[in-house]
Amino acid sequence: MTDERVRERIDEVYRSDSRRVLATLIRLLGDFDLAEEAMHDAFAAALEAWTRDGVPANPRAWLVSTGRFKAIDRLRRGARFDAAVDEIARSIEAAVPPDVDDEGVGLEDDRLRLIFTCCHPALGADARIALTLREVCGLETEQIAHAFLTSPPTLAQRIVRAKTKIRDAGIPYQVPAREDLSSRLDAVLHVIYLVFNEGYSASAGDTLTRPDLSGEAIRLGRLLVELLPEPEAIGLLALMLLHDARRAARTSPDGELVLLDAQDRTLWNRAQISEGVALVERALSSRRAGPYSLQAAVAALHAEARDAATTDWPQIVGLYDVLLRLDASPVVELNRAAAIAMRDGPAAGLALIDAILARGDLADYHLAFSAKADLCRRLGRTADAIAAYERALALTTQAPERRFIERRLAELRSRA
Amino acid sequence: MKYLCLIYNDEREMGTMPRPDGEKMMAEYSEFTESIKKSGHYKGGDALQPTTTATTVRVRQSKVSTTDGPFAETKEQLGGFYMIDAKDLNDAIQVASRIPGAKTGSVEVRPVRVFA
Repeated sequence: MTDERVRERIDEVYRSDSRRVLATLIRLLGDFDLAEEAMHDAFAAALEAWTRDGVPANPRAWLVSTGRFKAIDRLRRGARFDAAVDEIARSIEAAVPPDVDDEGVGLEDDRLRLIFTCCHPALGADARIALTLREVCGLETEQIAHAFLTSPPTLAQRIVRAKTKIRDAGIPYQVPAREDLSSRLDAVLHVIYLVFNEGYSASAGDTLTRPDLSGEAIRLGRLLVELLPEPEAIGLLALMLLHDARRAARTSPDGELVLLDAQDRTLWNRAQISEGVALVERALSSRRAGPYSLQAAVAALHAEARDAATTDWPQIVGLYDVLLRLDASPVVELNRAAAIAMRDGPAAGLALIDAILARGDLADYHLAFSAKADLCRRLGRTADAIAAYERALALTTQAPERRFIERRLAELRSRA
Repeated sequence: MKYLCLIYNDEREMGTMPRPDGEKMMAEYSEFTESIKKSGHYKGGDALQPTTTATTVRVRQSKVSTTDGPFAETKEQLGGFYMIDAKDLNDAIQVASRIPGAKTGSVEVRPVRVFA
């Protein structure tokens, strides 16, 4: 085989399998950094070996076993002065060799182990996100830093600290036991959801969305559903697909925010909506549906409606009622209030939002004031609408959202 | 791995606890200690006198200074500890979550550092 062909094949295997290889090497070597170096050594060795001997029948197995030997070599070379490291090398060598020849078996477990370890609740929320994007998705530190508007050194340090804690605090490389699975799965789903949200509605900056991050979150969601098809994992994937299906309609060609009721629904991604709706049905039919599945069901009702007026608002209110019983939060209450406003008129919705704000909840949440302002506007209470939009504006840092509020304010002021 | 579980509680609350509640807590603690002795996790542990009995010692420029009480004003105070031997952090968290004080206060789980 020519060098060029081998190089292409290696790139292909890197894209499709490098995370699987890494996940298994972490298990075999017991150390994230050592595993990462071993994986790169193995890919580097592949170029020479595969050009000489041809591409092996199971490239993944070849890479895992080569990586393992490279790591032992590496430890040995550094071990001349250090008996403790030599001991580690010996124990890795003595451990049961990897049975990666039986296609797939065991390897998928390693990817689940990697996900659960990166999302371990003993790690800080920021660290979980950074580590998951780095190790599970294989994003470069610079890419992650850019997506979250932090400096690469800060992000690199966050990842180093997380790896250090995994090693020193003894966070195991394990899929949690059945009795802990549901709470640990929640932590994983939360990480994926946060990544998606940052992509879907960037918390700050010049653009409304960061499609690279929502795409990464959806890939993670798919992987999780494939490895562990729990109802809430399915529900979260459905939720992300349904929200993301509206992405093209959420901004105008010049980058301005377009609200749901004004969106051009022909721009919605129909294929993604059908996939999302089918997943919602699958999640709900398990009868163990949780908050993600219920939110996905709401998104499905929006996605299937021709316009805002013919949307099934009574059923949306009903879904929010169930959601509130399951997982009460002021944000869910706010969403329910907005649905009530559509079902029973703006005055009914406004009364509920005022009650939430009067309790002091959501006092720093710009969407609460935007929602209030919109209902006041629709009721012709111009002065109240202006005051609420001004409050919302003071709480918003994202440029397109700010411009949207400013446009609404200008309209109202010209009317006042 | 060895982990130190540090139990933090509001000691004023502990001090003013009605007698039957105090007795119930003591019973829960001895039952818990017994269970982790049986499972092999237990390496040691004790309850501490309240922070009013504490003395903080510092040496600066070779001079010893002692002050009354703990250094910082906090809502919860260190009231006791267990030293445990656990398979990994998950195992340690499992044990720590059964410490009776975790229900009212908090338990800090710290891996013990091993010097090579």
